[in-house]
Amino acid sequence: MRALTWHGKHDVRVDTVDDPEILNPRDAIIRITSTAICGSDLHLYDGFIPTMKAGDILGHEFMGEVVEVGSGSTLKKGQRVVVPFTIACGSCYHCGKHQYSACDNGNPADNQDIGMELYGQPMSGLFGYSHLTGGYAGGQAEYVRVPFSDVGPIVVPDGLDDEQVLFLSDILPTGWQAAENAEIEPGDTVAVWGCGPVGLFAVQSAFLMGAARVIAIDHFPRRLELAKKFGAETINFEETRTYEALMEMTGGIGPDAVIDAVGLEAHGFFLDNVIDQIKASTFLGTDRIHSIRQAIVACRKGGRVSMPAVYGGVVDKFPLGAFMEKGLTLRTGQTSVQLYMPGLLNAIIEGKIETTFLISHRMSLEDAPAGYKMFHDNQNEVTKIVLTPGLESKAQAAE
Amino acid sequence: MATRKDDAPAATSKSSQVREEALAALTGTTSGELIGRAVTINCPRSQLFAFWRDFRLLPSFMDNVERIDVLTPARSHWVVKAPFGKSVEWDAVITEERQDELIAWESSEGADVVSSGRIEFRDAGDRGTIVTATIAYEPPAGALGKLIAKIFQREPAIQARRDLRRFKQLMETGEVATSARTRTQLEEEKA
Repeated sequence: MRALTWHGKHDVRVDTVDDPEILNPRDAIIRITSTAICGSDLHLYDGFIPTMKAGDILGHEFMGEVVEVGSGSTLKKGQRVVVPFTIACGSCYHCGKHQYSACDNGNPADNQDIGMELYGQPMSGLFGYSHLTGGYAGGQAEYVRVPFSDVGPIVVPDGLDDEQVLFLSDILPTGWQAAENAEIEPGDTVAVWGCGPVGLFAVQSAFLMGAARVIAIDHFPRRLELAKKFGAETINFEETRTYEALMEMTGGIGPDAVIDAVGLEAHGFFLDNVIDQIKASTFLGTDRIHSIRQAIVACRKGGRVSMPAVYGGVVDKFPLGAFMEKGLTLRTGQTSVQLYMPGLLNAIIEGKIETTFLISHRMSLEDAPAGYKMFHDNQNEVTKIVLTPGLESKAQAAE
Repeated sequence: MATRKDDAPAATSKSSQVREEALAALTGTTSGELIGRAVTINCPRSQLFAFWRDFRLLPSFMDNVERIDVLTPARSHWVVKAPFGKSVEWDAVITEERQDELIAWESSEGADVVSSGRIEFRDAGDRGTIVTATIAYEPPAGALGKLIAKIFQREPAIQARRDLRRFKQLMETGEVATSARTRTQLEEEKA
């Protein structure tokens, strides 16, 4: 089959590799019909995530048709499914508490050692996201092996297009969980750093959960426009002093809840960020965290901090004093996609949540390397690239 | 007798005296390594005990064990993978057993690999069962011994940890998780 493989920093290629096979009873093989490039794939592309190996197949936002099932799968051939990016067994203690992203068993035993060393406890398994999270082949490919297929994938009802439901795999539930972690109370003002897909879904979710105002912060005009479309007020941090603006816009109180949807590659020319960048490039630290620092400082006393953004390593200059003195609460984590999928599928069907607005580019899987470069270089225009396997390559057609 | 000041497991003690005494309690000698590992498994104690007690089943999650033959109720023969396609073999004898609670064993006299250990099963309420493995391991002498020591000493603690994780996966999910994509890859991983 054809698959997008990682070979190093800024080096991804579409290679021909062996097709996946059923290996465990609960497995299913999915023929991918649509798959997307995630903002967090750019962290892999930029070489920020450790434990990648040359040849690893990327992609954790995907859906398709069931073509083969193991004896323990509940799926049937021909069903259309969206697959959660988190691999959860459904039977461990954490899955029993619906903390699917903390599943004990999704990550193979040998790969759990790395997480144990880095984080104290092993990570759960994720598709296409380094060996820290299992080393599973991802879905930017023609086919994928899906373990625990009786727990994860959700069957898509007829009449819904791929593009309407594809984002159930990650970014929609991630934006929803971000808003849920902000513990929004009716009438709250919520500030969201980062208007990428997760931030934009967090904006929509926050309003659905009763927020009176959502203030969206970014520097890409196109992304701020999208946030505005969903009713958010906007702050362009290149034109505005964010903290001062937030204080004045909230009557000197600060936002009740803040959401960091930016993560470890925060942009922006701020002193702390420049120091972080130097440290990251010299391996003294790995994460650039300007947005979470600013969010903590801006948040009102007793407020809530939600951090859907991906971080992988260690940081310094974390405003621990502000965090303690103001009595803040921080909630974060990989998304328990399995928990949110059914409700969010209904929200899509009922028209409560818009999804397709995000898609700015559609390409053949064959053109994925060009897609990565474009996404990396132009995050204003590119909000989401959807790849279709089997589609004719535009690059090849042009030759 | 070293005075224990806290309730922590002996294998985690910073005091060599405490570790040695725990070793002596297990093996009768103070030399060797003491490894302690625990895992919580969301299954009833009796089910876990029954699976473990049928030694023939252990290779299904112990990746480095090729085969275990049960010779008598108390005695089993272990065939364990070694480098260069070789294997090492020894007999293990059960020294203590309490139904649904505990199995303790030691390698029989004259074995190339001198080891002993105990696996304990304790109720953990709605979380299932806490399974604790305590293994005492003594690197053997001699040329073959050195080779074996190399395999085992390399990471006996990691091996125990991985085995317990795979045991948990098998008991909780019915299968051992793998990220292999093809059967060929899966076989290479197990080799």
